[in-house]
Amino acid sequence: MTQAFEFEVNGKRVSVTPAIDDTPLLDVLRNTLGLMGTRFGCGLEQCGCCMVLIDGQPEKSCAKPVWSVAGKSVTTIEGLGSSETPHPLQQAFLDEQAGQCGYCLSGIIVSAKALLDANPSPTRAEIAAALDGNICRCGSHNRILRAVEKAAATMRAGGGR
Amino acid sequence: MNAPLPGPLKDNPRLDRWLAFPAAGKVTVHTGRVEFGQGVLTAMTQIAADELDVALARIAVHSGDTAATANEGYTAGSQSIQFGAMALRQACADARALFMAAAAKALGCDVHELTVRDGTILRNGTATGETYWTLAPRVNLAVEASGAGAVKPLGDLATVGTSTARVDLPDKIFGAPAFIHDMRLPGMRHARVVRQPNPHATIETIDEAAIRRAAKAPVEFVRDGNFLAIVGEDETAVERASVVALNAVRWANVEQPAASQQEATWLLQRPMVDIRFGAPEAPASPATERFEATYSRGYLAHASISPSCGLALYKDGHLTVWTHCQGVFPLRGALARTLKLAPEQITVQHVQGSGCYGHNGADDAAADAAIVAMQTPNVPIRIRWRREEEFVYEPKTSAMIVKVRAQVDADGKPSDWTAEIWSGTHNGRPGSGANLLGAYALPEHPADPPPNDVPEANGGGATRNAEPLYDIPRKRILQHLVTETPVRVSSLRGLGAMPNVFALECAIDELAARAGRDPVDYRLSITSDRRARAVIEKAAAMARWDAKAPAGAGIGRGLAFARYKNKAAYSAVVVELEVGDEIRLRHVWCATDAGLVVNPDGAINQLEGGIIQSASWVLKEQVRFDDGVASFDWETYPVLKFSEVPEIDIELINTRDPAPLGVGEATAGPTAAAIGNAVSHALGTRIRDLPLTRERLLAALLRD
Repeated sequence: MTQAFEFEVNGKRVSVTPAIDDTPLLDVLRNTLGLMGTRFGCGLEQCGCCMVLIDGQPEKSCAKPVWSVAGKSVTTIEGLGSSETPHPLQQAFLDEQAGQCGYCLSGIIVSAKALLDANPSPTRAEIAAALDGNICRCGSHNRILRAVEKAAATMRAGGGR
Repeated sequence: MNAPLPGPLKDNPRLDRWLAFPAAGKVTVHTGRVEFGQGVLTAMTQIAADELDVALARIAVHSGDTAATANEGYTAGSQSIQFGAMALRQACADARALFMAAAAKALGCDVHELTVRDGTILRNGTATGETYWTLAPRVNLAVEASGAGAVKPLGDLATVGTSTARVDLPDKIFGAPAFIHDMRLPGMRHARVVRQPNPHATIETIDEAAIRRAAKAPVEFVRDGNFLAIVGEDETAVERASVVALNAVRWANVEQPAASQQEATWLLQRPMVDIRFGAPEAPASPATERFEATYSRGYLAHASISPSCGLALYKDGHLTVWTHCQGVFPLRGALARTLKLAPEQITVQHVQGSGCYGHNGADDAAADAAIVAMQTPNVPIRIRWRREEEFVYEPKTSAMIVKVRAQVDADGKPSDWTAEIWSGTHNGRPGSGANLLGAYALPEHPADPPPNDVPEANGGGATRNAEPLYDIPRKRILQHLVTETPVRVSSLRGLGAMPNVFALECAIDELAARAGRDPVDYRLSITSDRRARAVIEKAAAMARWDAKAPAGAGIGRGLAFARYKNKAAYSAVVVELEVGDEIRLRHVWCATDAGLVVNPDGAINQLEGGIIQSASWVLKEQVRFDDGVASFDWETYPVLKFSEVPEIDIELINTRDPAPLGVGEATAGPTAAAIGNAVSHALGTRIRDLPLTRERLLAALLRD
C-alpha cells in the first residue's frame, strides 16, 4: 500500500508517495526531492549528519519515517541560505574556514541554527554541548565553535533573520 | 642549466597531464592528488596562480582521473605539497616558458621584454594583445617537461604563503551536492553487497523470499561465486533488503576475530618476518645503565564520517568507476586484475568523499560497484556501504607493540637505542595485489602479494619514526612483521608513526626523569638539529613551560616532539590536562616548522585536525573483537566530542624556507606522546598502553 504524505520543505509544500510507507525522511529528501545537502552518515541517529529542523526543532532524519512529518514544516541546510544570501551561520563558517572534509557541516550548521534560535547568547560550553550530537572526525571542532560564536554575535547585532 | 624535475613530473613528464587552457580566460590544473578535506585543491590553485600569473578565480582543478591526470600513486603520507605541488609548480613554469617563447616569436621581440599580468602578455609593461589564450593554439603542451622554466623566487610569490579561502568549502557549507554520495546518473540502480564474512566463507543458502518481502519494492540479486549483491531502483528498499540478508543468507567456513585476539600482546607469538635496520647491537658496556620499556596500542578504525560509496558503469566494453579512494591508478590496476580487463578498458575518476585518513573502505566500495556493474551492462550502479559495514569491514590499522631498549651513559644520555616492533602490515592497499574485499568472494581472485610493509626508505610502515632524531651514537630498529592478523589491516594516518613516537617520546621523558632533568632541557641536550630545537623551544615558550606544576598533582603537562618520517615537518606539542575519573584535555600548544607554507590557515587546520584525531585515538579508541568486530557504530566506537576538545594554539615557524614539508600527519605522534607524558606527570606514574582508558588509569593508580 502506498500513500501520499504532504508536508513543507524549506517553505514549499510537497507531496510524496514513497514505495515503502515508512521510508525515512532523509531518503525522501535526497532521493525523491533531490535535496542532497542533508547527508547520510549512519542511519542510526548517532552522528548528526542528517540533522534537519522539524517545526523548528533539531531532529535526525535518517531513521524518522516520512509519515511522522506529515503536516509539519521541515527546514534543511538548503533552506537556511545560499551563496548569494548566506545565513549568518554559513557566512561565519566561510569566514572561519570552519571545516575540513565538510561532510558533517550541514548537520552541524542546522544544529547550531536551532541553538541560536533558542539561545542567542550561548557560552562556548553551551555551543559545544549543543553540538555533542554531531560528530566531526577531521578535528575542525574549534573552528566550528568559533564560527557559531561569530554568527551569534552577528545575529545579536541585528544581522540575523 | 635546467632544474632537476621533481619526482612526480619525471614520472609523468607530459605537460598536458598537468595543465590546460581550455577556453578563453580559463586555466585547468590537473593533479593526481585528490581532495579529502585537507585543502589540496586550493593549494594547487595557489601554486598555479603564482607560477602562471593568473588570477585564482580563473583556475579550475581537475584531480584524480586516470583518463586525464598524472599518475601520482596515492594521495598519502603528507606528500601532496612536498612533492605533488612542486611537480605542478615546475610544470607551470615550463609551460609559461613555452608561452613566453611563442609570444616573443609572435611579437618579434626578446623574451626578457615580456611579463604576464593575469594571463595577458605585456611587453615592457604594455599590453600586447596576446594572452595565454590567444597563444594557446600555437603552443603545444603535449611535450615533455624540460625544467627549462625558472620557478619564481620566494619574494615574487603573491598567493603562495597567504590563507586563500578553500575552493571546495562553499558547496559543503551551502549543502550543494558536493560528495560522491550525492551523484545520481540516469537509469542508475542502487546496490548493497551481502558481505562475505571472511575470504574463505561460502554461501550455503539464500532465503530470497524473505529478502524480497523485507524490501517491499522490487529488488534483483546479482551473484558471482560468493559475491552476492541486491540491486534495485529504490534505495530504501535495497537497504532494507540488505539488512534482512544479514540473517537470510547463511554462510559456511565463517571465521571471526575472537576477544582473545583483541590486544596487541596477541601479536607476540605469531608467524612473522624479521627485518632489521641500523647499527649492529653493541654489547652493554659496564659504564652504561640499561633502560627498557614496552608500549602498545590496539587496533584503530579510520571511522570516516561517511560510509564508503562507489559508482560504476560498464558500457561498450569500457568500465567507468567513480570513487573517493586515495589512488585512482592503483585502483584501476587492481580492478583490471580482478575483473580480467585491460587497464585501458577502465577509467577511474575521483569524486570527493569525507575525510578518509588512510585506506578505508573506499577502494572496496568502488570494486563492489564495478563487480555488480560488469553484470548489469549499460546500467549505472551505485553502492553505499551501511555504517556497520564500514566499521566492520574497513581495513583497520594494526595493533602494535614497541619495546624500547637503551643504554644510558654517565651523563644520563642514551648512547645506544633499539626499537623492537611487532605489527601487522601498514601497506594493505590495492596497489600491492588486489586486496579488494569483494574480489575475495569471486570464483577467482588475484593472489595476495607476499607479506610486505612500506619500506623504511619510503618512510616506513610499522617502523615509521621508530628511529629517534636525537644525537644517539648507535641506533637500530628490529621489525617483526606479523603476517596474519585477526582483521585486515592497512594504512591509517601516519602509519606506525603514532605508536612509535608515543613509545620514543615517552621513553625520552622516562630517561629525563631518571637523569633528574626537565624534559625540555633534556631533549635540547641531546638534539643538535637546529630546526628540531627551534620547535621544541617555541612550543615550550608558547606554553610557558617554566610554570610547570609539581608532579602527581592531578594536573599534568607533557611535551613531545617528532619530525614526521624524519623527513617531513617538525612538530613539538605541549599538552595540559587534568586527571580525575577520566582524562580531560585543557590546552594544547603546537609549534611546527613545515618550511615554505603554501596556505598557512590550511596547514594550521591540518595540524589541528591531527592533534584532535590523535587525542581521540589516545583517549577513546580501540576496535574491540568479540566473535566478530564488536566496534560497529558510534556507540561502540566513540570518538572525541565537541565538549571534550581542548583549546589549541598553533604557530608556524620558518615558513619562508624554500622547501615545503608535509604537515598532514605531523602532529599525530607528538600529541599522543605529549598526552602520555602529561598523564604521567599528573599521576606520578606511567601508563604505557593505549588507549588511556578509565580502567588503565585505575590500574595504574592501584599499582603504585
